[in-house]
Amino acid sequence: MTIIFSFFLLTMLVVTAIAIVRIQDLFAAVMLSGIFSLLLAANFFLLDAADVALTEAAVGAGISTVLFLSALAMTTDKEKAPSSNRVIALIVVTTTTLALIYATFDKPAFGDPDAPIHQHVAPWYLETTREAIDIPNVVTAVLGSFRGYDTLGEVFVVFTAGIGVLFILGAPSGKPRQTTDLHSEGLRHYLVPRVVGRMLTPFILLFALYVQFHGDYGPGGGFQAGAIFAAAIILYALLEGEQRALDAIPRSWLIGMTAGGALLYSAVGVTGMLLGGNFLDYSVLADNPIAGQHIGILLIEAGVGITVTGVLLSIFHAFAARDKF
Amino acid sequence: MALLELYHYWVFAVLLMIGFYAVIAKLNLIKKLIGLSLFQAAVFLLYITMGKVEGGTAPIFVDGAIDQLYSNPLPQVLILTAIVVGISTLALGLSIVVRIQEEYDTIEEHEIQEIDRQ
Repeated sequence: MTIIFSFFLLTMLVVTAIAIVRIQDLFAAVMLSGIFSLLLAANFFLLDAADVALTEAAVGAGISTVLFLSALAMTTDKEKAPSSNRVIALIVVTTTTLALIYATFDKPAFGDPDAPIHQHVAPWYLETTREAIDIPNVVTAVLGSFRGYDTLGEVFVVFTAGIGVLFILGAPSGKPRQTTDLHSEGLRHYLVPRVVGRMLTPFILLFALYVQFHGDYGPGGGFQAGAIFAAAIILYALLEGEQRALDAIPRSWLIGMTAGGALLYSAVGVTGMLLGGNFLDYSVLADNPIAGQHIGILLIEAGVGITVTGVLLSIFHAFAARDKF
Repeated sequence: MALLELYHYWVFAVLLMIGFYAVIAKLNLIKKLIGLSLFQAAVFLLYITMGKVEGGTAPIFVDGAIDQLYSNPLPQVLILTAIVVGISTLALGLSIVVRIQEEYDTIEEHEIQEIDRQ
């Protein structure tokens, strides 16, 4: 039954992708890419990646759709010319697809437990997590502790991208646009979305906090929680107007969160050094190494969540403010 | 049945190339960015597919389960962070597109090149 379902989902992915590329109306393409993300998230869930599915659903279907729509509002929602060099592009793409499909015949069968990928460090992570870190979610353990350096790097990439957007869109606009009241007021005149959205927002925020702090025990963690938290605030901003969202979390806070989360993460690493361990070695944070790991993971996940929320909301407000020119 | 086991990888190959087609053949910059995110999504699918173990479950320990197989957590960690980094870089790309629109009043590649040549 699962097999049939996953075949259906994968085929739908391809159909949606073709529709996205073919359709000339960019608004429809963005809506279809939201559907694409949701299908992808369902696929991830079937492939045992609960954490990834959660992230993809929040980021792909939620936040990236909003960002695309705000970019469309400032540019155009119709493609002018369909494509250039269509024949050459099709030949290149078809040849590469066939080559890639030919290459898959050498791949280990789907789900084969003896595949090389499952022989190297993965069993070590699964075994050592119980003894050294003792939290049920191995993904969080690898993300926060074993591969803490990588995650620190990713947080700084997110931070840098956020700063980049603020620099590019913070510059004054060359051509002033007409001010509209629509954006300052949001969807306040539409009764049903407003009532439903108002009821949902606190629960989405609560769910974000649950995902943040329950990440050690179930699917979740800072990246997912940050995306969900930002999505809740963006929903609030769309419904009640951007200004109301900025009153709740002002711009200066967002800047502080963007930098503060990354700094909190690094500070945990430095604290480990000061206490006599290596950088990002959490075992020295408490008398008991396992308790130290728990404290370390909790703190760095909080840092990740704060930075991701700060960056995503800063980006949203940068786009929304640009729209008003 | 042996061929069906590779279906996930074929979908990866096709999705990757659909995204790539949009990047190389489409002239609209936003369409190119949508294509780039399709390309990225295909790579995510490849990694997660490889991490799946037949009969396994999500890598979250269950109390009292003996000899439970778990899927590989490592690709999931990589992709989890890649998704969030992906949205940040996408936002950066979109902000550049918005600036191009403001300077050139178009986001069609051939029109931009024409203005540049003048």
